[in-house]
Amino acid sequence: MVAPVTSPAGGGPTAAPGRGPAAKPWLAWLVVVPFLVYVGVFLVYPTVLVLAGAFQDANGAFTAANLVALGEGVYLQAFLRSVELSALTALLGAVLGALLSWAVAVGEPTGLLRRVVVAGSGVLAQFGGVPLAFAFLATVGFQGFVTRFLDDRFGVDLFAGGAWLFELPGLTLVYTFFQIPLMLIVFLPALDGLRPQWREAVDSLGGTAWTYWRHVGGPILLPAFLGALLLLFANAFSAYATAAALVSQGSPIVPLHIRGALTGEVLLGRENLGKALGLGMVVVVAVAMGLYALLQRRFARWR
Amino acid sequence: MTHTRVLRAVGVGAIALALVAACGAPPAKEGAADNSSAATAKSAADLGGFDALVEAAKKEGRLNVIALPPDWANYGEIIEAFEAEYGIEVDSAQPDASSQEEINAANQLKGGDRAPDVFDLGLNVAVASKDLFAPYRVRSWDDIPAELKDPDGLYCGDYGGFMSIGYDAGKVPAPTSVKDLLKPEYQGKVALNGDPTQAGAAFSGVVMAALGNGGSADDVKPGVEFFKQLKAAGNFLPVDPSPATIESGQTPVVVDWDYTNAAQTAKLAGKADWKVVVPPGAQVGAYYNQAVNKDAPHPAAARLWQEFLFSDKGQNLYLKGLSRPVRLEALTKSGEVDAEANAKLPETGGDAVFLTQDQADAAKKVLSETWAQAVG
Repeated sequence: MVAPVTSPAGGGPTAAPGRGPAAKPWLAWLVVVPFLVYVGVFLVYPTVLVLAGAFQDANGAFTAANLVALGEGVYLQAFLRSVELSALTALLGAVLGALLSWAVAVGEPTGLLRRVVVAGSGVLAQFGGVPLAFAFLATVGFQGFVTRFLDDRFGVDLFAGGAWLFELPGLTLVYTFFQIPLMLIVFLPALDGLRPQWREAVDSLGGTAWTYWRHVGGPILLPAFLGALLLLFANAFSAYATAAALVSQGSPIVPLHIRGALTGEVLLGRENLGKALGLGMVVVVAVAMGLYALLQRRFARWR
Repeated sequence: MTHTRVLRAVGVGAIALALVAACGAPPAKEGAADNSSAATAKSAADLGGFDALVEAAKKEGRLNVIALPPDWANYGEIIEAFEAEYGIEVDSAQPDASSQEEINAANQLKGGDRAPDVFDLGLNVAVASKDLFAPYRVRSWDDIPAELKDPDGLYCGDYGGFMSIGYDAGKVPAPTSVKDLLKPEYQGKVALNGDPTQAGAAFSGVVMAALGNGGSADDVKPGVEFFKQLKAAGNFLPVDPSPATIESGQTPVVVDWDYTNAAQTAKLAGKADWKVVVPPGAQVGAYYNQAVNKDAPHPAAARLWQEFLFSDKGQNLYLKGLSRPVRLEALTKSGEVDAEANAKLPETGGDAVFLTQDQADAAKKVLSETWAQAVG
């Protein structure tokens, strides 16, 4: 998660960092072992399976064919489309979410608007998968009530340009829907960290609003913004259930190709190709997270 | 964190993982071994006759089936009839799963008592998964045409049908050929049941389109080309059709098996005029196959299920669901056929095409390379 911009504590006793009252080592282990088991079973073990499977053929012998296949034709295209979709929705979500955060941040800190928006975002950021797809089908699907309303009252046909909801444009819209609230959750703390005194200092020194954002607000928020952007990218890149519920033809993005490789009843014996696709996704997310770590390090200088 | 600590943490994680892996395999169920005679019986006679099979199955009391949608080929009624006749509880898992998911489930649940006892598979998956099956010949084995059954008794065709175009006659004109679907009257209205690189029904739909556009069983490219044109014309709907989308009017034209389309006719009677046409000159047929899991947790019940499906009663129940049971000819000859249901089957005429395994493999290759581009 993106660490909020915090100002150094202004006073009070400073506690020695990281030391509780005479911690017993075994006690610490007791707490941490369930976590390690959890990580092992649900993260490390599947990753090892994916990694091993990606380099095996149907009989378990070593092969690089699965990985080679990723570089060609439909799979390469799916990766490009996945990256494109994730980048676009991350950008849309980040910009719109940042604007929303700003609107909330300048408002009353304990006001109704803020409480409603923050609570709503907490729910909506986790609102994905089949329920989300259904929500869109019920509103702007072929028989959705918004579609019908627009058609009946204004003669506007939402689907005049084709069945966009079930293709990439539809995915872009639906993904953006959960990206904006997530952006608000991770970006609002950073905005809250901007102290009014800084703005006052700029004003009293004769600076304009532009000077403030250019030299103070912007540079402080930039790392948090970029970090959130990467997080949103990874969030969209790994989304599956929403897309699976909406798109049934042509598998435009990688997670849907993995579904095809694992469950298809026509092209058989492609489980390991599915694992190679999974490995490809792991690599893309690892790159995004690596960039994120670099940003964090840079970001730490501000603190 | 120091390096030793990191190492220790990794070590503990690895040990925990090893423990989980060791415990991970589900405990093998001994029931199958106790009932070894049923697990190896290749026919009812091997167990001492049909009555002995019924006895053994009743003792097991349960049957696990998978991927049998209640509105597909009348499986809802078939399962109820089986339960009523033998007092065996049927546990129907993942009704909407694909053939390949049945096989995945059998591998993942192997040795446990939740593993599927029996399979209902497209030919493609059946041929590729023979190692998982126990050979079993039902009493009516001889009625089944030789080309529809495995010579070793590992699987055999059970019910089937032809690719068809289902349409809401209240909303669209009646199509008389595959090419008709390109007309502007079908704008945004034509759906295919699944992605043909993944779903057997959609795969056959593309073959049908190929036959209707100058292609053949050996050349399915015109079928892909047809859907590309359909998409370019704005007629192709990239929506997975289901009884719900048909009833709500989202998918007024659906390319699917005639028995699934015909089942909609019956279901929508009074609400919509759902008609089914098997396009002349583009008649693609296929049978679904039955097989017994060789690691079935209920080996006797699994075999009794086969006997039931291939009995006159079971076959007539398929017919009632408007699919074509494999023993239809024998039933017609013996006069046991449900004549009323038989009369309701969608009309067909001319030569029917059944793809050989080689033709299917060639078609799959073409689809894997071209489908995503054609409709993407």
